[in-house]
Amino acid sequence: MKRRKVVNAAMLTLTGVCALLSLSALFAILGYIAWKGAAAINWGFLTQLPKPVGETGGGIAHSIVGSAKVVGLAALLGIPVGVLAAVYLAEYGNNKLGFLVRYAADVLNGIPSIVMGIFAYALVVVPFKGFSALAGSVALAVILIPMVTRSSEEFIRMVPGSIREAALALGVPQWKVILFVVLPTASRGIMTGAILAVSRIAGETAPLIFTAFGNRFWDEGWTHPIAALPLTIYNYAISPYRDWHEQAWAAAFLLLMFVLAVNVTARTLLRPRGGAAQG
Amino acid sequence: MKMTMIEPIETEKSLRRPEVGAAGSAPVSGGKPVMDVRELRAGYGSGDVLHGISLAVPERSVTAIIGPSGCGKSTFIRCLNRMHEVAPGAECRGQVLLGGRDIFAMDAVELRREVGMVFQKPNPFPTMSIYKNVAAGLTLNGVRDKAVVRGRVEESLRGAALWDEVKDRLDGPATGLSGGQQQRLCIARALAVEPKILLLDEPCSALDPSATARVEELIHALRKRLSIVIVTHNMQQAARVSQRTAFFLMGELVEYDDTRKIFTNPSDKRTEDYVTGRFG
Repeated sequence: MKRRKVVNAAMLTLTGVCALLSLSALFAILGYIAWKGAAAINWGFLTQLPKPVGETGGGIAHSIVGSAKVVGLAALLGIPVGVLAAVYLAEYGNNKLGFLVRYAADVLNGIPSIVMGIFAYALVVVPFKGFSALAGSVALAVILIPMVTRSSEEFIRMVPGSIREAALALGVPQWKVILFVVLPTASRGIMTGAILAVSRIAGETAPLIFTAFGNRFWDEGWTHPIAALPLTIYNYAISPYRDWHEQAWAAAFLLLMFVLAVNVTARTLLRPRGGAAQG
Repeated sequence: MKMTMIEPIETEKSLRRPEVGAAGSAPVSGGKPVMDVRELRAGYGSGDVLHGISLAVPERSVTAIIGPSGCGKSTFIRCLNRMHEVAPGAECRGQVLLGGRDIFAMDAVELRREVGMVFQKPNPFPTMSIYKNVAAGLTLNGVRDKAVVRGRVEESLRGAALWDEVKDRLDGPATGLSGGQQQRLCIARALAVEPKILLLDEPCSALDPSATARVEELIHALRKRLSIVIVTHNMQQAARVSQRTAFFLMGELVEYDDTRKIFTNPSDKRTEDYVTGRFG
């Protein structure tokens, strides 16, 4: 009897300590980046281009805009494909093809992102003979698609069959049932999944090394090398200049804030409102 | 033949398969059949659930389907608007005539506009307002004229005895209504498409007694406008709302007759046992 209580207390303490440990890692990272990065953030940092090597000051405005462009295009390319694939999997995919696509998406989700970078290099950079924003977007979109597909599929499947039946029984064709009844019911979940996936690709560095490449100036259009926050962080962090190190910390802090804001937004979206069915 | 124990006797067979068109065997006093089911067999791949059902649904009256759980009554009415075949692996054979046309030769989407359905659990569209729920059958099928939709929504909500309760909150969420109101909303939604026949699949099983009473009153009122087929577990409900009652047992139609006769003087011993509560 006593032994059981001792074991219980010991295990409870152990699990509690592990929970604190995992949480403290997160807070340590957040706190350290905030401490190192927040100080270097100012108006000039957000709005100026980098100064030439040796001069102090300057900013990473080009990386912010570049990240927005590359990630934005990746979202435009990837989200529609992912959601439509999810519609197929959830509504028609109980067959061999569905199994295959689902399996492939899961495998794709586990592939290191640098491989996606090499893929986009071969697919876009080589034929176009140059690094480009487009290539970066393609690399990120390839990462985005399986994530969006799998999360959207889950949310579409969560729409109760009774809702589909209700619409079908009104004499509504199946495509309209899916488009106007099922997808709106699942829309908050689909959006949440898509937003979280976008926030993840916004922090990807490896796939951009061979594709977007990086740039110290304003980019031109979609067919030239372009800067992006993760690339800038990477380049500045491995540079020998103290000034750049500080800017890398600041950029990291900026990226962190962005990911945090996106996560909070997504969670808020997903929270059920006023008794409405979870979607 | 798992049915050897209760092989129907000869006199009953003539009852189960009314000769359509023959004046002597008109299925119900007064009404002519709006739907005629002949030798309907249905199942889910692994074997038939319905073993050849024949019955005629009379016009502008309520037909109740009763029977113990698993006897195929839900499968039966789901065949009547071809919702049965939506389930994977489901199949059905036989003939169902709607105004002389075989429904299996019709477009299922068209058919469902003529044969509406209300389900066991209220299933309003969660993302739509009360108004949009009722209008859904019209707007999703391309009716653009707002005045027409508005008129039909009000008419349907009045028809479903829900108008007075919701007229001030038509733009409120449908999920904010009580269970009974939601079920009447589902009935209004089905009515808005102006079906000839309304199928009710245990519409009160998720409702409390007072909400059930309101739905039953509604069924009484609707009978004047359309034909209703209601599946129910509740024999008192069948006796209260219907003119004709069909008793199903293990996928067979045991007896189909005027409700009064089924509950007071059934021809078949099994019907009698069931309605007197000896099994099921």
